[in-house]
Formats: sequence, structure tokens, C-alpha cells
Amino acid sequence: MSIFDRTNLSLSRRQLLIGASLTGAGLVIGFRPQAAVAAGEPFSPNAFIRIPQEGKITFVMPSVEMGQGIYTAVAMMLAEELEVGLDQVVLEHAPADPKQYANPLLGDQITGGSFAIRGVYEQMRKAGAAARIMLIGAAARDWGVSPDACKAEAGHVVETAGSRRAAYGSLIAAAASEVAPQEVPLKPASSYRVIGKPMHRLDSPEKVNGTAKFGIDARPDGVSYAAIAICPHFNGKLRSVDEAPAMAIKGVSQVVRIEEAVAVVANNTGAARKGLAALSIEWDPGPSASVSQAELEHLMDAAIDGKALPHVSEGDVAKAEAEHGPVHEFVYRMPILTHSAMEPMNCTVHVRPDGCEVWVGTQIMSRARQAAADVTGLPVEKVVVHNHLLGGGFGRRLDVDGVILATKIAKQVKGPVKVTWSREEDIRHDCYRYLNYSKVTATLGADGMPVSWRHRVIGPSVMARWFPGFTKDGVDLDQMAGAETPYAIENRQTDFARQEAPDGMLTGNWRGVGATRNIPPVECGIDELAELAGIDPLEYRRRLLQHKPRLLGALDLAAEKAGWSTPLAKGRGRGIAVAEDFGSFAAMVAEVSLDGNGRFKTERIVCAVDCGQVINPDTVEAQIQSGVVYGLSAALYGRITVENGAVVEGNFDDAPVLRIHETPPIEVHIVPSAEAPGGIGEVGTPGVAPALLNAIFMATGKRLRTLPIDQGDLRRV
Amino acid sequence: MPYNLTVNGKSYAVDVDGDIPLLWVLRDTIGLTGTKFGCGIAMCGACTVHVDGQAARSCVMPVSEAAEKPITTIEAIGDTPEGKRVQQAWLDIDVVQCGYCQSGQIMSATALIAANPTPTDDDIDAVMAGNICRCGTYPRIRAAIKLAARG
Repeated sequence: MSIFDRTNLSLSRRQLLIGASLTGAGLVIGFRPQAAVAAGEPFSPNAFIRIPQEGKITFVMPSVEMGQGIYTAVAMMLAEELEVGLDQVVLEHAPADPKQYANPLLGDQITGGSFAIRGVYEQMRKAGAAARIMLIGAAARDWGVSPDACKAEAGHVVETAGSRRAAYGSLIAAAASEVAPQEVPLKPASSYRVIGKPMHRLDSPEKVNGTAKFGIDARPDGVSYAAIAICPHFNGKLRSVDEAPAMAIKGVSQVVRIEEAVAVVANNTGAARKGLAALSIEWDPGPSASVSQAELEHLMDAAIDGKALPHVSEGDVAKAEAEHGPVHEFVYRMPILTHSAMEPMNCTVHVRPDGCEVWVGTQIMSRARQAAADVTGLPVEKVVVHNHLLGGGFGRRLDVDGVILATKIAKQVKGPVKVTWSREEDIRHDCYRYLNYSKVTATLGADGMPVSWRHRVIGPSVMARWFPGFTKDGVDLDQMAGAETPYAIENRQTDFARQEAPDGMLTGNWRGVGATRNIPPVECGIDELAELAGIDPLEYRRRLLQHKPRLLGALDLAAEKAGWSTPLAKGRGRGIAVAEDFGSFAAMVAEVSLDGNGRFKTERIVCAVDCGQVINPDTVEAQIQSGVVYGLSAALYGRITVENGAVVEGNFDDAPVLRIHETPPIEVHIVPSAEAPGGIGEVGTPGVAPALLNAIFMATGKRLRTLPIDQGDLRRV
Repeated sequence: MPYNLTVNGKSYAVDVDGDIPLLWVLRDTIGLTGTKFGCGIAMCGACTVHVDGQAARSCVMPVSEAAEKPITTIEAIGDTPEGKRVQQAWLDIDVVQCGYCQSGQIMSATALIAANPTPTDDDIDAVMAGNICRCGTYPRIRAAIKLAARG
């Protein structure tokens, strides 16, 4: 169970608000009194809806769109209660304004942690319903009938028993003088005409014809273009650079030096990149210059048996171990990972003496705005952030290091400047998923079922920096997510051995956050115990999940659809894993085959998910496919290494990611559910690596405990 | 020396060094931002355009090489019958997620279908393996190409 899980949201919300810059905002629907509608002005019953006299209704999107389909889902929720069709609306990015647009569960304007749907499901429906009630009230008053005698449909108020009918646009002046309703009853799910039905994404057309605007596409008037070289060494600095070779390049106008980077400004990014390549930059590598991968791994290994801070403690593990030995111990090692979103980091900034404008795609609007204010010294009200579509987030855009760097550069440039990271800079200056190790220790009873479970989590505390409210007594609560397993084991203990990345190497949130960190060791560990017990791994899990009906439901559906009970040919294997987090429950089965050379191929992945009330089933399928591909990519290829205090890899040649020909068929099955909606953007990722490792074991008898999966290890079987 | 580019049927005189990649001339000089930057080394396909009817990685193609040849970008690929079919299939199947790589995916898919109207899975892999998608839209890309080929 993690802080991203809805089952302990009451606690986590309090913790979150402690860490948030803002308290309590977004918990209300953001009704604004609007005394009157001036001529030509739209009716704005709340911060999310603007209804003009003519034309389409504008929905303002409180969460950002980075592929997860939230714009369509939010529009569906608003449209459901406002009683309009999705073809009657246009969408708009919210400005940086946490008072109006904070996620109610997070208390800040953040899109992450699979919180969007969970946060706004009630809020958006109420926003739509309140507007509808005011429009009906206006029509009823005009017609001299009770509001109960009217209903709304397809952007009109109609008299239920009569023939009168008024378009919303014709009612906006009257609706603006209606009192905003205190009580806003919502439709039962059985009456939904939009929610739960497969809907086409509203952002598809512009993403298919090239008109969609990502942060990198911002072109404010007078913009210039910068390429950036950041000191490759953690915490290193610029020593010196002669600007002449860059200034000699056609189109280059300026070389900007800041403490940790050099930027070349030109009239196009190509000329800026050419200018940057012409420079001989001398770096001061700083105190981390000797840090090597071997040293970082040694520190992690040393922490396996070092000191740790206690977290979960249930029963008496020591006693159980003494009574039920032998004690089985497994150590799992996971590598440093990048996000590698397809849109490289970029940010366009215009610093003026009296204000600052930022054009960027960010998951964390309020911090982006604050970062520009801090760098410029301007009051935050003087900073305008124009948010954009995000060319992938995955947690990378939950940090604002890019805004900080671009603003530092922009302070020295006249007019707006767009700073675009090269892919190499993007990979070498990520907010990394750092090394994560786990030691799992367990004992089995006479029946082969686990009696005790210890799980030591070794890794950094991202939350200590990123969201201190997510820590308790020095323990990073996200880092511990699910470490204690969902399984019925009487004696359980988890602890946290904090091992940070070297100074200056930023660590951050990565798709699936704590769940992606802990579910691999948990799901591989439980598989190892099943093997020791001589019990089928599906059956083993089933026996231990009788108290978890939703997780069990997903497990059974995945097993059935994957044909778990059907024998496999020699050289094939199936592996299973479950994942419970973000208010959702997933199970997946991976099937692998071995070729004659000991190389394996992923033949098929079958996933079943219970995410409660589905908003858009087509998006659920897409997001599970997406999460699986992201997890598969990491399991097969994800590994960043460090030498000389710098990241070695730089582009898709030496830091490869999954491509279409390596992608197996991915089947997604949804468990029907009337429970509150859970998150769907991340729950597909954590189970992939363990399902795959467990399948490889079944096919080869070889337990691999280190990611990424090394084909060379398999060949040595 | 200015170069004459013909992009989507329109002529542009651009005054840049000849070794500047076509990508940046399209995006920054001309202002057609549908073509995307992803890697700069022709490894990800986000920058794919058609030059002389062939798919080309504009991040490594010098502008001097593209001059005087017809260039088609995502903004106008819908004017070709294959491009129109591919875009419609992308809409019908809702391929996109973040969408950033999709201009390049559509340009590669259109070139594939123009050259091979009935591609097999292996044909699709051979061409589309050059285009990375981090959102994992690959299963739907495959389905959409087959739909477009049938259409």
C-alpha cells in the first residue's frame, strides 16, 4: 500500500497539504460569483466552464495532457453532467493558478501519481452539474415554470412536458444572475451516457495533422533559439570558454555563460547547435569527478546489511524466523533509469524588467511559475506560465530544473529565447530513477506458505527533496510502497536503508513510482517462495490473496485469459505478477520463448485490471498497453551508468528503448467494477519486469535477480 | 547563399548555412513545427519528412541536400491519398497518446503504404522499427497501418 493508493488517502492528503504551498485549495469546486455577463462575454459558472452566446463551450483542463488521455476524460466528466456532447466543446490548458486548479487530493497543481481522475472525478461532475442547474434555473424563470419541469439535453434546456427549448448560449445572461447551487446532486452511474463509454480522444485530430502545440513548438514573437551544454559532471561548473568559434557561425547572435552551463543563441536551433559544437568548453568537474559506477554499486551493496530505519512491523518476524527456519534470502538489484520522453527538455522564457513569461509543458505548474520567480527575483504574480501539451511526462516533468536553467539563460538574452536540450543533454541531466536494491528474507511454514517476510528497501529518498510530506521519521513513504506485499503473511517487517545518489545527480519520480520500485522484488520473491514450496505460482498467490477480492479478481481474469492451466511447449515459460496501487488492481502474465541460442523473446503479455469505475475504456486499454511497453523497455534495456562523475550514455544508440518489432501482443482485460475510479497511467508498469523474470525462470530454471535482463546471463544457463 | 526550398507546394528562400539540418529550417525558419526533434542522430524517426517522395530523417539531412526538391511535411501529408488514409486510420483507432512522435510515425507509415500497399507484419516492423514511441502506441500503430492499407 502506498501513499499513491486511495485506501489511505485521508492520511496522505494531510501529509500532502503539509508539504504543499497551499492549504485546502481545490477542495471546493471553485465557484466564482459572476454577477452579470457583459455583452460578448461568456458565462463562467466556475473555473472549468465558459459558455459563450454562440459557438463551442470551453472546458478548462486542471490536469495536463501528456498522453494519458486526461483531457478527454475530464471533458467526459464535465459533459456528462452539463449535458453536452463532446463535439460541442473545445479544451483549454489551465493557467498556473493553484487556488482554482489544484488537484483536490494533492492540494497543488500537479499532474502525477495517477491522481488526476481520482482527484477530479467528483469535482468535475459537480462543476458540470452546477452549471446545468443554473442554466435550467434561468430558463425556468424565463418560462415561468418550475425548474423541475425542465431538463437539459445536448446543450439545450427543454421543457419536459412542453415544446419550449433554449440553447445554453441564449441563457447565459440570465444564468449569470442565478445563485450558484449549494447542493449539487450527481447522476447515478447507471444513468451515464458518456462516462464508461469508449470515446475518441479529443486531442487526436491535432496530433495527427501536426498542429498540436507542445512546449517545444512555442514561437512567441521575436523568439531566438538556444542550444545548451550543461557541465557533464555532477555539481561541476563552467571554467572557461572562448566564444569566438560560435560567434563566427552564421545566425549565431550570442554566447551565454552561466555557472553550470553554456548556451549559444541563434536565429534557428540548428545554427545554435552548430555554434555550440564549435566551442571548446573547459569544465571544472568539481568534487564528484571520480565517482564511478563500481563505487556506486559498492555503496549500495554495503547498505544491504547496514543500518536501516524501520517502517512496517506486524507480528514477530524474529520469532517466526527462529521457529520456522531456514531463512531464505534473495537480493534484487535495479539500475539507474532515465525517463527519455520523446520531447527533449525545453523551455522558452522571456524575462523583462517588470515580468516574465514562460512557455513550457510541465506536470507541476505552480512550481514552474515559482522557479521562474525565484531565478528572476520577480514576484510570482509577475510570472505567466503558458502550459502546453507534454511530449511525454513519465515523472520527468515533475521537476523544474529545466525552467530554472532556461530562465537563468533568458536573463541574459533580449527577447524570448527557446532553450532546447539535445537528446544527450536530456539523458545526461535527467531526474533519474536511481539504483534500487531490495533484500527479501522469508521463512515458510510446514505447508510451504510464508510465515515471515522481511523486506529491506535500499535506495534514495526522492520525497525528502521533492515532497517532504511524503516522509515519516526519515522513511520515504513512496520508496516503501507495497514493500510489505499485499499477501496474507502473519509476520512482516520492512525497513529503509537510505542510499543517495552522488551529490549533484538529481533523482526523481519515474512512472509507477514506489510501486515500480517494490513490486519487482515482491513478485519475484513470492515466486521464489512458491518454487521452494513446490506450489504453482498462481495457486500460491491465490491462497495468499483471499482477503483481497479485487486483486484476486484481476489475478484470476489474467490467468484465465492467458490460459495459465494450458501446458506450454518446452522452451516456453509463463510468469505472473500482481500490482496494487494508485487505487487500481492489476495482474499480468508474460509468456516467453527461448531460441536455440538461449535468447528469449516475449511472446505475449496479458493484463487484467480493476480500476473501479471506468471513464473511457479505450483509454484504459491504451494506458495499460503504454505502461507495459514502458516497463518492458526498462526491463530489457534500462540501465544508465556513471563514470568520472558523469552519465556515460547519451542517446538512443547507447541508451536504447523498446521498438515496434520487439513489442509483443498486449492483451488488456477490464474487470467490471462500480467502485470509485482508480488511476490507470501507472499501474500497468510495475508488474512487467517480475512477470517476465518469472516467465524466464519457468522456461529456463534460471532466476535472474538483476535488471535489466541480461541475455548473456541466460546464454550461460 | 540562400537556398530555395519547396515545402508542401510553397517556395521559401532561406538564408542559412548549407549544413544546417532541414529539421531546424522547417521548424524555426519556416515555422512548420509539426515535424519534431527527438534525437538528432536519425535514431528515433520523430523528424521524418518526405523529400522527393522518400521518407527522410530531417534531423541529419543538410538543407543543401533538400533544396530544389519537393518536401512534404505532416502539415500537408493529408493531401496525398495514402497520407489521408493513414491519418484517418490513426483517428479511427485513436493511436496517439502524448502525440509527440506521431508526426514521424505517420510520415513513415505513409511512405510504407505508398511503396507497399499491402504490408505484412514483417514489412511494418522493417520500416516502423526506425520510429520510437515512448508511450507505447506500437500495437495501435500496427493496427492502424493495416486498416489504412485495407482502406
